[in-house]
Amino acid sequence: MNRFAWAHARGIAEAAAAASTTVADAMAAPPGAGGDEMSIVKAGGIDLIDLLKENLLVPAKLVSLKDIPGLDGVVEEQGGGLRIGAMTTLATLADHSVLRRRCPVLADALRGSASAQIRNVATLGGNLLQRPRCWYFRAADYRCLRKGGGHCFALSGENQYHAIFDNGQCAIVHPSTAATVLVALGAAVELANAEGAQRQVLLEDFFVPPHRDVQRENDLKPHEILTAILLPQLPEGLRMAHVKQGERDSFDWPLADVAVAFDLDPEGSCKRAAIILGAAAPVPHRARTAEAALRGRRIDEDTARQAGRAALDGAMPLAKNAYKLPLFEVLVRRAILAAAARQ
Amino acid sequence: MAADKTTRSETFPSGIASVGLGEVEREVPLDDPPPLPPNAGLAVIGKSVPRQNGRAKVTGATRFTVDVTLPGMLHGRILRSSLPHARVRALDLSAVARHPGIRAVLPVARPEDPVAALVRYIGAPVAAVAAVSQSAAEEAMRLIHVDYERLPFVADMDKAREPAAPLVHDAASAPQGSASGFPAPRGLPLNGNVRGPASDSRGDAAKGFAEADIVVEGEYRTQVQMHCCSEPHAIVADWRADGVTVYMSTQFTAGVRHELAETFGLKLSRVRVIVDGMGGGFGSKSTLGAYGRIAVALSRQAQAPVRLVLDREEEQMDSGNRPGTWQRLRIGARRDGSLTAISLLSYGTAGVALGAGVGNMAQALYACPNFTGAQHDVFINAGPGCAMRAPGNVPGAWGLEQAIDELAERLAIDPLVLRDRIDPSAVRREERRIGAERIGWQKRHAPGADPGPVKRGLGVAQSLWAANVQTNSACEVRVMRDGSVEVLSSVQDIGTGIGTVMAQTVAEVLGLRPEDIALRIGDTEYPAGSPSYGSRTTASITPAARVAAWRVLQSLLREAALALNAAPGDLIARDGRILVRDEPGRSMGFGEAAARLRTDRISAVAARGDDYGGFRRRMEDAALAQQDLGGVQFAEAAVDTETGIVRVERVVAVQDCGRPMNPLQIESQVHGGVVMGLSYALFEERILDQHTGRMVNPNLEQYKLAGAGETPAIEVVLLENYQGQSATDAYGMAEPATISTAPAIANAVYNAIGVRLRSLPMTPAAILAALGKIPARS
Repeated sequence: MNRFAWAHARGIAEAAAAASTTVADAMAAPPGAGGDEMSIVKAGGIDLIDLLKENLLVPAKLVSLKDIPGLDGVVEEQGGGLRIGAMTTLATLADHSVLRRRCPVLADALRGSASAQIRNVATLGGNLLQRPRCWYFRAADYRCLRKGGGHCFALSGENQYHAIFDNGQCAIVHPSTAATVLVALGAAVELANAEGAQRQVLLEDFFVPPHRDVQRENDLKPHEILTAILLPQLPEGLRMAHVKQGERDSFDWPLADVAVAFDLDPEGSCKRAAIILGAAAPVPHRARTAEAALRGRRIDEDTARQAGRAALDGAMPLAKNAYKLPLFEVLVRRAILAAAARQ
Repeated sequence: MAADKTTRSETFPSGIASVGLGEVEREVPLDDPPPLPPNAGLAVIGKSVPRQNGRAKVTGATRFTVDVTLPGMLHGRILRSSLPHARVRALDLSAVARHPGIRAVLPVARPEDPVAALVRYIGAPVAAVAAVSQSAAEEAMRLIHVDYERLPFVADMDKAREPAAPLVHDAASAPQGSASGFPAPRGLPLNGNVRGPASDSRGDAAKGFAEADIVVEGEYRTQVQMHCCSEPHAIVADWRADGVTVYMSTQFTAGVRHELAETFGLKLSRVRVIVDGMGGGFGSKSTLGAYGRIAVALSRQAQAPVRLVLDREEEQMDSGNRPGTWQRLRIGARRDGSLTAISLLSYGTAGVALGAGVGNMAQALYACPNFTGAQHDVFINAGPGCAMRAPGNVPGAWGLEQAIDELAERLAIDPLVLRDRIDPSAVRREERRIGAERIGWQKRHAPGADPGPVKRGLGVAQSLWAANVQTNSACEVRVMRDGSVEVLSSVQDIGTGIGTVMAQTVAEVLGLRPEDIALRIGDTEYPAGSPSYGSRTTASITPAARVAAWRVLQSLLREAALALNAAPGDLIARDGRILVRDEPGRSMGFGEAAARLRTDRISAVAARGDDYGGFRRRMEDAALAQQDLGGVQFAEAAVDTETGIVRVERVVAVQDCGRPMNPLQIESQVHGGVVMGLSYALFEERILDQHTGRMVNPNLEQYKLAGAGETPAIEVVLLENYQGQSATDAYGMAEPATISTAPAIANAVYNAIGVRLRSLPMTPAAILAALGKIPARS
């Protein structure tokens, strides 16, 4: 790890002014370019320190967001939604009484993330902005497409943990489990810049697939701070579930995770459904054919099974990850049935 | 002639305690102590004594090598090859030598030397520095300019066997011999990248197969497993004009001392090696190693202490591993299960090194008159393997114990019944009986019988491991005039608590409590102790400790005898007192007796003698005991046939190690062995990118170890197996504890789903593929 300067921002505008670049921009820059002035914000630091230790990121300065007031906590908003400060730790959220009451699926997903030590430090904002875990991306020896190089090493390499959808250029999977759930729930993110201007973007639209830009996973701009995650009011009777399967139960990335949310009309037919697959694609993957397979149908074993199959629509497994097909198929089915079983 | 007699005859307890004990006559040296009764009759030995350094460890007080800091200490770092196979054409160290923080620079690759100019794996040392700080050492890495000529490489064992494969070694550089035998045979042929075969046979295998009613044949693969010690490889080397002192995380202080003396041309008296706390080794810290030589050379050059600690990536790329293997096993049997022939063909790869055999399971576990075996080492451009907890027999058991289960099924014989018929070991017979009862073997059902997607199964597998002894293993026991007692040896506590066992041994002799005995171990200033590998530490050091304690006690009893007006031979030490055997009222405190010593302390040094019944085989400083170690493990596994996830719910491990000295610590060691075996079975694998030869998971994130969530309920049952072979009759446990876990799980998986997994690890992808659930790629 190289030496870097260190500062605490006291306010959002100050932090945004200092944030001369995003992690994605910094990592895609040619070696040596702009390194002397490069200044990057730090939230919990879990992902950032990893990148620094591997010499994947060599900033001149880190600007901590920890002292900025009002960036953490959960607020129930007037419209019925929840506003989650981006600096709230995963551990706080996992046990937060409001979140547990209003959205236990999200609280449980966060509780099942990473390890206790990491959850105590990692923030929800940082979790959504973390960079992928692809082992080629994470090794300094590989200057891959996503780091400004010319080649995705995973496509013809070791791709057992890689994407089965949208993997033509770069086969990373998005690392955030929270994102899988939040996209299913229609969450948005709030961003602020140095001039005090704010924008809100649906989380699903905030994520950037490879065909838009292969060097970033989201639309965070330089001099912009992610300030909050906004959860809309969830319809009465919304059925939700999240299932995740890792090779290990202890401290492991999922091989596959699935979040479903749907509501039923009085006759028990599905009105709307969201089915999001995590660890499946470079961004959280909306399984549209599976959603369509639920709409207007009663939720039973048979429908769930059909939706599971439909969820694979468009999948293009690589040499070593075809096992993810049956895995997603069963997890989608199980998630739908688990959601249906909840009152 | 009686005056010449150096031994006396003694009667020892003999047999397995739970079966029934008999007696055996042994000749023992005249000044060895009397036979030790079975554990039931002892005060301290055989009891579950908490480890003496347990509190220090959990409170962070233990000093590990990484915690050692010396005045003026420098920080070493190694520049490593970024290419899997290259010739170093030029190595420019001029810029780094000018760096103000650099105190020593050491070329490792040497462009001018045709052999030393070559690097053969990513992570191979190229150069090293010692700097005033870690960050200066890291900066220095970027100032070293290496001009590489890329050479073709091969990073896959199967490809390396092909005739057109790039050659990893030439005849001059290829390591000699093979570890697929013990000791490693030398002079084996080298054919391309293949060294071997190391051949082994008895009887007439062809005739045996012709006589068979049934033949099972299977191919088994095992992956490369990393040691993953919780404490990294670490050394602080302090070269002085009058000699070198090395603090090192090592499994063998006395051995490293020898290596240092030889490597650097020093007398043994000028070399000292010290280790206090140790966070595991599992075979990877058995020798000085390249990094150790580098650290000492840097210290010599800088004339200052140098600390060198490998980071996790270096650990994974260049500190050894358990080689990957492929084996084909054929077993022929008659209808009644009796074996007629076994044939074994194996290829394994330890990267650029040797030692990738599959051990002696197929040769020796079961009675079979005809055997033929051929084992080969294959070189590839990857980090070298080294001994890892039961080398050879772990992959060997993976194949053999599945093949035996397959045979049992084909013969329609229960796997335990078949083993009762073909396994000559009385120890394992008892272990099978106990384990079957514990796990509930009678509830075992046909594969796939459970309703629903999650299927459960029970499996069993056995182990075989030589009972090793280090004859070059000594120990001193001192009694001070204030009644305090010390036990001293260079033997090191790898983490299993050998010091506590030595304290128990001495306390038993002296009639004291284990906590009364001060431990002085892990320092070559003390009598040379055993290495902590080959499951030999307890077997090698505890007899020496008991003999030394016994001899020093005799001196003390002579003083006490005067005071008690008794014959020394009538005195015994018990409960902190010296008393007259038949008149316990006549006694004095241990401290009172010690206070009568003429000098401040008395002392005795004893070495490990030969086993009383003789060794099976001797090799310089080491030997094999007559009886091998057994061990039988049972596993209960649940397989989700939709996700491919295997969870092991329960393991019953029935193990033997002669006399169990400290059941608590042995159980801990078995827990560790089972978790390691489970982790090997389900998770671990070194993954090499075939296009670049680089390990893509050189960490503890994507290199997956079993965690708390995957740890099953583990029940350990220890046999007491007395053989009357030494002053303690104790043998080791480390390696048998892990040999049979993976095949027991595989057999349980088979019993659950009716599909046999012959390759490791048994990942969800592997299970789903075996179940035919992965669609063909379109």
